[in-house]
Amino acid sequence: MPNASPQKTHAAGGVSIALAGSGGSGVMTAGTLLLTAAAGAGYYGLMVRTSGPQIRGGEAAALLRIAPHPIDGLDDRFDALVALDWGNVQRFADEIPLAAHSVVVGEEAEGEAPEIYRASGARYVAVPFKKTAKSIAGSWANMVALGFAGALAGLPREALHEAAKGTLKKAETVAANLAAIDAGVAAAQGVGGVTPLPPPGPRSRARWLISGNEAAGFGAIRGGVRFVAAYPITPATEMLEWMAPALAKIGGALVQAEDELASVNMIVGASYGGVPSLTATAGPGLALMTEGIGLAVASETPIVVVDVMRGGPSTGIPAKSEQGDLAIATQGLHGDAPHLVLAPTSIADCVATTQWAVALAEKLQAPAIVLSDQFLGQSRAVVDRPDELALDAKRIVPEPNAPDYKRYRDTPSGVSPMAVPGNPGTVYTADGLEHSEGGIPSGNVRDHQLQLDKRARKIAQHDYGERWADVEGEGEAAVITFGSASIAAREAVARLAAQGVRVKLIVLRLIAPLRTAELARALDGVSRVLVVEQNHSAQFHRYLRSLADLPARQQSFHRPGPLPLRPGELAETIAAWRNA
Amino acid sequence: MDLAEAPARAPRTAAAYKSSYKPIWCPGCGDFSVLSAITKALAKLDLTPENVAVVSGIGCSSRIPAYTSCYGFHGVHGRALAAATGLKVARPDLTVLVTGGDGDGYSIGGNHFLHACRRNVDLTYVVMDNHVYGMTKGQPSPTTEPDWDSKLSPGGTGVRAFHPLVIALASGANFVARAFSGDPNGTAEVIAQAIVHPGFSFVEVLSPCVTFRPEQRDWKDAVHPAPVEATDDPARAARRIMTDDGFNLGVLYKGNRAPYKGYPAPARAGVADLEKEFEL
Ligand SMILES: Cc1ncc(C[n+]2csc(CCOP(=O)(O)OP(=O)(O)O)c2C)c(N)n1
Ligand code: SF4
Repeated sequence: MPNASPQKTHAAGGVSIALAGSGGSGVMTAGTLLLTAAAGAGYYGLMVRTSGPQIRGGEAAALLRIAPHPIDGLDDRFDALVALDWGNVQRFADEIPLAAHSVVVGEEAEGEAPEIYRASGARYVAVPFKKTAKSIAGSWANMVALGFAGALAGLPREALHEAAKGTLKKAETVAANLAAIDAGVAAAQGVGGVTPLPPPGPRSRARWLISGNEAAGFGAIRGGVRFVAAYPITPATEMLEWMAPALAKIGGALVQAEDELASVNMIVGASYGGVPSLTATAGPGLALMTEGIGLAVASETPIVVVDVMRGGPSTGIPAKSEQGDLAIATQGLHGDAPHLVLAPTSIADCVATTQWAVALAEKLQAPAIVLSDQFLGQSRAVVDRPDELALDAKRIVPEPNAPDYKRYRDTPSGVSPMAVPGNPGTVYTADGLEHSEGGIPSGNVRDHQLQLDKRARKIAQHDYGERWADVEGEGEAAVITFGSASIAAREAVARLAAQGVRVKLIVLRLIAPLRTAELARALDGVSRVLVVEQNHSAQFHRYLRSLADLPARQQSFHRPGPLPLRPGELAETIAAWRNA
Repeated sequence: MDLAEAPARAPRTAAAYKSSYKPIWCPGCGDFSVLSAITKALAKLDLTPENVAVVSGIGCSSRIPAYTSCYGFHGVHGRALAAATGLKVARPDLTVLVTGGDGDGYSIGGNHFLHACRRNVDLTYVVMDNHVYGMTKGQPSPTTEPDWDSKLSPGGTGVRAFHPLVIALASGANFVARAFSGDPNGTAEVIAQAIVHPGFSFVEVLSPCVTFRPEQRDWKDAVHPAPVEATDDPARAARRIMTDDGFNLGVLYKGNRAPYKGYPAPARAGVADLEKEFEL
């Protein structure tokens, strides 16, 4: 896997800090600046956003993990929780697990921390964030908290200053808030509880600060997407908001559609016109799009649908992550409708996997569904610059006036040249009705069989190469997982490896078509498997069982959202399972 | 559109825009004449067939694309305007026609109709309105009279019919016309004007379903040319459309709304430039 190699995840954990407060307290800004400062100081890290149900102004928390090496997911516990106020911050107790060594830092004026946070045995430290900010005219309490959290993590003061200067505009505000940061740094002296980060190692590669939604958008553009139509939906909207101006710069276009029925049909129309096209949505939108995806299958029109999964069914839990759309993505189309389903394995991999999805869709003239999720999409990470994949993504088109042109000609590969409007001598009508090779609607037994075979063959027989999965490590026990669940699983396996416990890890990137022969090869010598996923009904396990010969000894670890899977619980589960 | 193309050849005839594929329609169906009117309109403008795309949904009337010698897209029921919008925005160089029925356009595709009018992308939308679902064998559509008896709605739906021209006008269509399939030349003239007019052009063609609404054969006696020229004043057009007898034929409104702004502009940057915002 020369290009799409996952970032190496170390068994050891870095520093984990949560910043929390009610709406308007500026915690998200402080969190973003903390990550920017860490990046500036040469560290890696990520920030996960979480918020209450209010549209604006509700409580929010920025969950950070910073390390000297690339990091893809959150740790088991937070070393520190820094709260600007307690408002409704107790709501996040499940999302911000603490340990006895942790420190809980709260606003002095608000008294004790809520019991739910103290129960862990964490030490409470009161800090007068508001008073401090008030004493420095023009400064803000969240900047004091930034200085405090930065100092706990062991980040250099200059990096915190640089990060703040990058966002503050007016000279007076800059001076006041740098002083606020310094006050925060001073207040953190001697607090302890957090092991400060070791100095970052030397760096040769360029690094990016990017969210998974931006990464998927950028990967799509790298893949050649120049037209997007979409309807806003959490948590996919930021991907569209990033793509709108980006497409405008490079000569593309984004249309805000009236609904998802329109978005999917708009991209089918645009792609029929020869322009690689994409839409992004979440579960409710994907459900509305399934008829249109079927049209893309039947008319053999390349499209890419990015599903940034959230808690379901129905409106579900819109701003929280869950891998509950695997079943609809793989099985949700009507009729026999072979198509592609892919899943990025990390925030950085959203770039490569989405680029690959575009390439496959174009090459195979079929729809590709990319299963991202809220965790990947809305989290922001410092990553090594993802290399551009050298992929052959060219759609096969006929020459002008190609003799005896038949749009849906039965070819050995199943892929037939797709004429683009404007090309002379190859006029045809793309059709969702079953058709003859020439594209004439047909209910004929032979035509139906031929076209079903053709559409199945092109997907099944394509050479997907090595990229179908990351297969790592050795052992007679294997963990099989996909998407964001793989992040905690990979860290769990690395932790076990550090203890000398060998477990093989298989992270599928190409979910459909399932590469059964390659999977069988990867499972060679494996006598039992544990299938790990984040949903209530073990959709991935059931999918694998329906198509692949898994070893008889198999177990499923599945849990719905919104809580993320933690590496520690997975390591324990895997160790117990392995010893059973 | 290649209106400026100077042909060193004889202009194309309507026959040049017909495919060899035989329509599946019932003998006497109004849609035959609409197909003929479309080909005549294209011939009138002498457009290059491969630079024209005809997009449709599902229904008897939606079969038109394959009967032309243009590029065609026969998508799913109700979504023709969406597919055509994507195509035209991605490929503004093409002339894009959308064809379909009243069920396709006003019922299942109703939302897209409103938004296509508002968006004002340069499309020409030809609806063959027969006040019935022909393809599914005779159910009421949004333009069906409330007392029209059918198996699915015995004794009639009791639901008020929808006025597509008023809706189009109110939603922002830039060109609104009514035509009748029994007058293919008049219909061709209206469609040609609709194609030339910038923005979203809507042509409602009364096109009898002789099988499920045989009484519509009488439309030929009811239709009459509009007594006055098209107006560019939407309020006047609305008043005329709301008060006419429903058989007033011709271009009723020709607006001058600003065109859709979201077409692709020339590239100002390359893909590599987009990386800069992520770089540390
Ligand atoms: C999603 C979906 N629902 C229902 C149908 C069945 N259907 C096909 S055509 C049609 C109505 C066609 O009526 P209209 O658009 O008025 O066209 P006409 O046949 O009268 O020309 C219906 C309901 C379908 N094809 N797809
Ligand atoms: S059913 Fe009606 S609309 Fe359909 S082809 Fe026959 S006459 Fe035409």
